[in-house]
Amino acid sequence: MAKVIVDGAIVDNQWQRLDNDTLESGLPEGKVLVPLAYWQENRDNLLARGDVAVWLAPGEEPRDLEDDLEQFTLIAIHFPAFKDGRGYSYARELRTRYNFKGEIRATGDVLRDQLFYLQRCGFNAFEVRTDRCIEDALAGLRDFSVTYQGDAADPRPIYRRA
Amino acid sequence: MYVYQEHDQQLLEERVAQYRDQTRRYLAGELSEDEFLALRLQNGLYVQRYAPMMRIAVPYGLLSSTQLRRLARITRTYDKGFCHVSTRQNIQLNWPALEDVPDILAELAEVQMHGIQTSGNCIRNTTTDELAGVNPEEIEDPRPWCEIIRQWSTFNPEFAYLPRKFKIAVNAVPGADPAIIGVHDIGVQVVHNDAGETGFEVWAGGGLGRTPMTGAVIGEFVPWQHLLSYLEAILRVYNKYGNRDNKYKARIKILVKALGADKYRELVEQEFAELKDGPMTLTEAEVQRIQQCFTGQPYRTDVDSSELQARLADNKAFSRWYHTNTHAHKQAGYRAVTLTLKKTSRVPGDITHEQLDAVADLADTYSFGEVRNSHQQNMVLADVADSDLFTLWQKLDALGFATPNLGLLTDMVCCPGGDLCALANAKSIPIAEAIQHRFSDLDYLHDLGTLDLNISGCMNACGHHHIGHIGILGVDKKGKEFYQVTLGGRGDKFTRVGEKLGPSFEADEITDVVAKIIDLYVEKRHENEPFIDTYERIGMDTFKERIYG
Repeated sequence: MAKVIVDGAIVDNQWQRLDNDTLESGLPEGKVLVPLAYWQENRDNLLARGDVAVWLAPGEEPRDLEDDLEQFTLIAIHFPAFKDGRGYSYARELRTRYNFKGEIRATGDVLRDQLFYLQRCGFNAFEVRTDRCIEDALAGLRDFSVTYQGDAADPRPIYRRA
Repeated sequence: MYVYQEHDQQLLEERVAQYRDQTRRYLAGELSEDEFLALRLQNGLYVQRYAPMMRIAVPYGLLSSTQLRRLARITRTYDKGFCHVSTRQNIQLNWPALEDVPDILAELAEVQMHGIQTSGNCIRNTTTDELAGVNPEEIEDPRPWCEIIRQWSTFNPEFAYLPRKFKIAVNAVPGADPAIIGVHDIGVQVVHNDAGETGFEVWAGGGLGRTPMTGAVIGEFVPWQHLLSYLEAILRVYNKYGNRDNKYKARIKILVKALGADKYRELVEQEFAELKDGPMTLTEAEVQRIQQCFTGQPYRTDVDSSELQARLADNKAFSRWYHTNTHAHKQAGYRAVTLTLKKTSRVPGDITHEQLDAVADLADTYSFGEVRNSHQQNMVLADVADSDLFTLWQKLDALGFATPNLGLLTDMVCCPGGDLCALANAKSIPIAEAIQHRFSDLDYLHDLGTLDLNISGCMNACGHHHIGHIGILGVDKKGKEFYQVTLGGRGDKFTRVGEKLGPSFEADEITDVVAKIIDLYVEKRHENEPFIDTYERIGMDTFKERIYG
């Protein structure tokens, strides 16, 4: 089974991320991550089914999911390319504006050298790109022991922490 | 200046270790070109035409003599013995080897320096007036605010992968724009309200480059406590809605223009409403802690200025230098002194390792061990006693730093251009040299008076050509280098983008064109009227007619 980093540990990935292509053949068994538009169209059926969560593409903001947030234990934010930094703000908003307590998972072009910043913005789960070593990527969560600004975990800047 | 505490130093050392490992993984083939690109850029490393170019951060332009000596050593050990002062007050090395960069960063970290966020699509070095803290015109020292912004922006996790680069500048001088905040992504103007409280007029959406424009006022009076919350709100709106499909439309200026300043302000206000009064709110204790780093220069109160007056009266060359290259100071008995890095036959802004060491010694002897880089690619000793000026002038003259051309035509701003830079469409350094040679007569230069001439080798505009009174832009036409001229730009009392004169010129025509522009000015000027005022009075068409007529 594919692996994922959750809360700093490597565990089996229970969730299958579906896009419009894979959805054409219908919903598979098990826990599924569906696109926002699919959720919006099939909300009631999906709620009845359970084991469902939504992933957001760049341009789809937490606000678009605002009324449904309490339905989810997990929200994924997808990075088609690691350089598209919109997802950092989305995670930050989920944590600080919407006070979302569930898992926030980064999917897509997720690489070791971005994990530290992603974590600080509120992500706690990382589907590292499958051609890269996930054990190696774990080290990226520990690049720095010092931070100047507040973040999703601790909103206080360094001078307020003392 | 801001002195690192243990945690600042720790952070820097962890950065060096991180980048050393990233370089190792890149060289081992574990990181792709594209993945490594984003990482090396945020450590200041470009890959250029002939070699990598490394940009070293100089926060708001301020350097200690210890740092200068280390830069001298680095240019000796890892480069060709010289470096370059950039238009954003940073230092650039033109020939480092990619494999050496981790060692260079380690050497820099020992003196509290780095290349963090000096390139890439992130928040860059915050810049300000090079006379900050000593300028009698300023309402307060802007550097503490720059340092507060530096700490907030350094490794800010949310804003490391913005649509495009992001530059912030701070100005505390009313009625002038020495930090050219009008052409920054965010410009912060320090203001005082009627109650005497500090706040900020915050501009957004200015910039040079392909689509030059001045910014719009987004926040009219942001109380000092909320500076960072307000900046964060502006950045978040930009990070979410800035164009990511076309890098030429990705700067915040395009977004502000597309939405309109009112709509942008509305979005910022929504974000700000949530952030305001939260943990980002600045405390008086923290601001004071930072402010204290910038005060307490041991000024003497018994400086004897009588010898200075005598020398000014009997030495014409000294007097010319004094009136051109030194500035009034807040402290009685002191002047700020600009070292011009613009001697004829020298690349504007270049400085050798011997000169760096010499400037460090002069700073220790005459200016409390501190030096500033200016955005006009000069250096400044900001705290020189009147009684030391004559001796300092003699020493600067021997080093080639006393050319009395500050603010004059040959005090050109010039990017590295096609000789060194992979982005350039045309060379800029030979154009600067040709103009320097044509206008080498000091009496004539002084007669012409204040004149900003800026040269960029491509439309990325590192030479800030849009804000030169005369701007020269290198363009490529079917593989041949041409030069486009703009007139009427300003980066002095206020900031304004210049207008195109007309069709572009070949390289060997450009000095003649500059000479014709100058001749027309000389013919038309009123007594004591600077070039820019004559231009504004007689208008672009008069110049067009003379050049193309």
